[in-house]
Formats: sequence, C-alpha cells, structure tokens
Amino acid sequence: MAQNYYQKEIETMPVEEIKKLQSEKLVKQVKHVYENVEYYRNLMDEKGVKPEDIKGIEDLHKLPFLTKADLRDAYPYGLLAKPLEDCVRIQSTSGTTGRRVVAFYTQKDIDLWEDCCARAIVAAGGSNKDVCQVAYGYGLFTGGAGLNGGSHKVGCLTLPMSSGNTDRQIQFMTDLGATILCCTPSYAAYIGETLKEQGYKPEDIPLKAGIFGAEPWTEEMRRGIEETLGIRAYDIYGLTETSGPGVSFECSEQSGMHINEDHFLAEIINPDTGEVLPEGEKGELVFTSLDKEAFPLLRYRTRDICVLSRKKCSCGRTLIKMAKPMGRTDDMLIIRGVNVFPSQIETVLLNEGYQPNYQIVVDRANNTDTFEVNVEMSPEQFTDKVSDVLAMEKALANAMKTMLGINPTVHLVAPKSIARSEGKAVRVIDKRKLI
Amino acid sequence: MAIKQLTVFVPNRKGAIVAVTDILAKNNINLRALSIAETEDFGILRLIVNDENTAEKVLKEQGYLIKVVDVVGVKIGDEPGKLTAALDILDKADINVEYLYAFMARTEKHAYVVLRVENNQAAESALTNAGFKLITEADICKL
Repeated sequence: MAQNYYQKEIETMPVEEIKKLQSEKLVKQVKHVYENVEYYRNLMDEKGVKPEDIKGIEDLHKLPFLTKADLRDAYPYGLLAKPLEDCVRIQSTSGTTGRRVVAFYTQKDIDLWEDCCARAIVAAGGSNKDVCQVAYGYGLFTGGAGLNGGSHKVGCLTLPMSSGNTDRQIQFMTDLGATILCCTPSYAAYIGETLKEQGYKPEDIPLKAGIFGAEPWTEEMRRGIEETLGIRAYDIYGLTETSGPGVSFECSEQSGMHINEDHFLAEIINPDTGEVLPEGEKGELVFTSLDKEAFPLLRYRTRDICVLSRKKCSCGRTLIKMAKPMGRTDDMLIIRGVNVFPSQIETVLLNEGYQPNYQIVVDRANNTDTFEVNVEMSPEQFTDKVSDVLAMEKALANAMKTMLGINPTVHLVAPKSIARSEGKAVRVIDKRKLI
Repeated sequence: MAIKQLTVFVPNRKGAIVAVTDILAKNNINLRALSIAETEDFGILRLIVNDENTAEKVLKEQGYLIKVVDVVGVKIGDEPGKLTAALDILDKADINVEYLYAFMARTEKHAYVVLRVENNQAAESALTNAGFKLITEADICKL
C-alpha cells in the first residue's frame, strides 16, 4: 500500500538523527523552562539540577517529574512560560478527576499541534480530497480544536459538527459524503448503532476511515466499529497537558501509535519508584514537550500504563510506537483488594457478544466493597422470559469473574439507558467514601 | 392461530409501569390483559393490546426494549376446575408451560387464559382436540 506522509522528512527520519534533534531541543527547552517557570525552577533547585547539567536526552532522567497534582497546585498560571500577551488560546481538561487543568498555547504551539493532527489524518489515508467530519466536542476540550486544525492543514473539507445531535451527524455524513470521522470511539460506536437502526448497511455509509481517541477502547471494539461503519478505525492519543490529540497516532499497520518524537520525548518509568525502564517494558508513560512555548511540561507523568517499541514499521515511519494504553494508574479500581481496569470489563462484554456500553458502580456495604456492572442489552438479546434474562446476567458475571478474579453483580438494562456525557460514556461510579 | 403478546423490559423502580401505560393511553391503545414478572432490579411487562403494531412502534420510539411473541389464548368456562382441566391436557401432551395469566371477558361468562409454551402448535392442537376454544387476534380486537 502506497504510503503518504504529512511531514515525510521528520516521520521517516533515521532514529539517530531524531535523537540528535531531541537532544538539541531538550537543552534549549530546559533552559527556557528554568528561566521562565518559577515552579519548575524550584523543583530543579530542590533536586540540585541546573540547566547546564542537561546536555542531551541521556540526561533526561536527572530532571524532576511533574504530576497532575503539580498542575493543580500551579493552577492557573504557575507553569506558564510565556507572557500572556504571547498566548492566543487556552484549552482545558474535562475535569472528571478533580480540578480542571488549563493549558496555554502560543500561535506556534497551535501550529505544531495542528501539524501533529494532520500527520494522523494523512496516516489514516486522508488528503485534500476527503470530507472530514469532526464529531469531537468543540470548545475547551482539545478533541474538536485539534482535529479541526489538522483537517484544515491537510486540506480536507472540514465538517465542524462537534459532539451530540446524532441525527444531524448522520444527515451531514450522508448528504455531504463524509469520508473520515473523528470522534471518541464510544460515540463512533453509538453513531454506528444508530445508522444500523435506521437501516443503513456499511456499504451505504460513505466513510472510509475513522480517527478515534480521547478514551480507552479495545481491539474488539475496533473490529465492531470497523464492521458497522465499513471503515478502518485508527487510534489517536494525546492529552491536554502536552497539547491535545496527536501526541501519537496510528498508521496503516494499526499496531500501536507513532509518537511525534520531534515534539514529544517519551519515557516509560516504574510508577512506584520513578526508575526509567528499558524499551519494551510495561510502565507509566512520561512525556517531555520539546517545542511547547507557553506550557512546556518536562517529564509529565501521564498515568497511562503502556509499552514503547522501536520495531521497524511497515508504513516506513521511524517514529517510536506506543502500545494502546492498558489502563491508567488512576483508572484502576481496587475492589475487594483486586485491581480492576474498566478495559477488562469491556473485553469480556465484546467476547460475550455485547456492545461495550456498560457502567461500573462500586460502593461499600457492611465494610465490604459492592461491585455492580450495568450492561446494555440489545433488542435481539431481550427475551420475554425472566429466567433467560437472569441466566444471561449470571453468564456475564461468571465470565467477568474468570477475567478479574472477583464476582460482580451484573444488571442488564435497556439500550441507551446508560448516561453519556459529551459523547464520553461514564464508565465508573465509585460511591465509596473511605476518608 | 396464536395471539400476539407485547413484552416490555422495564427497570424495577417507581413510575416505570405508569410510564409505559401512559404512552399507550396517549396513543389510544386499549389493554386487554397485563401481567408482570418482576425481579429485584427489572420487570418484564406482558401485554395483550388491541393494536400491537402501534403499541410496539410507539414504545420503541421511546427507547423501550420490546419483543412481540406468539402466545396461545384459550377460552375456558368461568367455574372451578376449568383451568385445571386445560393444564392437565397440556401436561398429558408433555407441553411445558413457561408462564400464564388469565383475564375475564366483560360480557361473556368466560375467562381467557394466555399461555406461553415452547411449541404453540402442539399446545393448540392438544387443547382443540379436547374441545377447548382458542382465541384469535380477531377475537382480541372484538373484546
């Protein structure tokens, strides 16, 4: 398959040259941060590290980490490295895990971010002949803004739909022949379900590719979306703290996401000790922004658990690949002492023939954790016999017990009865009050 | 011969049933019979209505899980022992009854029993051969 690149020179640059480029940028970036960000300067001083100690990427491990807690402490301006006059935009996280994170951008920051998204769109087969429907939320959320900008750079006809209003999404998609869909995977699955309900077959849908990110999804979910929409579904990764979507993206090989290493320096660390782990080992992903001017985070701990690989990729890109995150250090639930990742529940549902529309509810009764999973049942699965529905619930609970080692109570519920917010399904409700 | 039963999945919570009957009432649908099987967290409403196509459509539009199933309706005399006689026949024919419910006609001196069995045809012929009269969709509309 012929490969297209948005910025071929960078995307296919020999590894040694990328590392050299990263070293040069890192030295400059550390100096920029030390001089302009008092918060980080204090962290470096505490650790006894001076900018001149950082001579290249081999010295990266000497720098202190930043965590989400630092971002909250420094809210809103504490990590800003440019005068506000030079900033043109803010974006913000959804704030689902506490106080919102606010990130600042100069015009150059936005340009480079949009380049990253453009690389992702081209890697998914996009060109100026495509109609790109952006159904990520617009506004503070980085999804809409990032892919919108990337789509412009590629020259696609951009449909800035934002999320929600599914009937209108479908109308624009079919009337204007959208060929690329960008949204969260759960919203893509939802649009697919709705199209199916309305009698559309995959071959009636003009889409050829989808770029889906901003929440965890599994290979099974990918296959489901690809089948329903008749497309190839590509993963995209990013976080507001470093820019937004486009930190890494999938290529035609669909086996891990190429990190835009010219802008983002990745490490994997042991989340307990902070020790840097060798390539191929599983641990917490840490990013250093090499080019960000306004909000340049050094060694930011993402809390995503994943693996990096330099294995040669058939697409010709030399950029290192990260596996789909296996979970987040903070998404992990500890229920009755057992580690539970929502992605494991999703895998069970897909294996058992259910759509991955579920919600985990954890509470505490009589000093024991209660663990309930609500799962949407499809009209085909529903029967008029109570015993059948109860048997289905039991079978699902057993399958989850095999996967997790602990026994949930499964409740089957009506389709679309589990709340979705801004297209993102609310997967976990933890009602335990332990403090 | 079989009659159509509308089956609706409802959460077991306050107001869940009235929400369904309200939709049906607003669409001018008359209930002939209703039975509920409930568990701790959900219920399954079983309805015999005068117009199941419209009922199915309007409930689906509101997002309800619906299944229309064929059930056997049989007319029995409104006196002690008549239901037992009908069930005996099915038992002897080795037909397992999943569930049943009964309702009275307004004018006639009869009760109607709705039976959910695995094999409708077998149940229907066993009952007919024993002299029972089955009810049809047309009968339901006339009730």
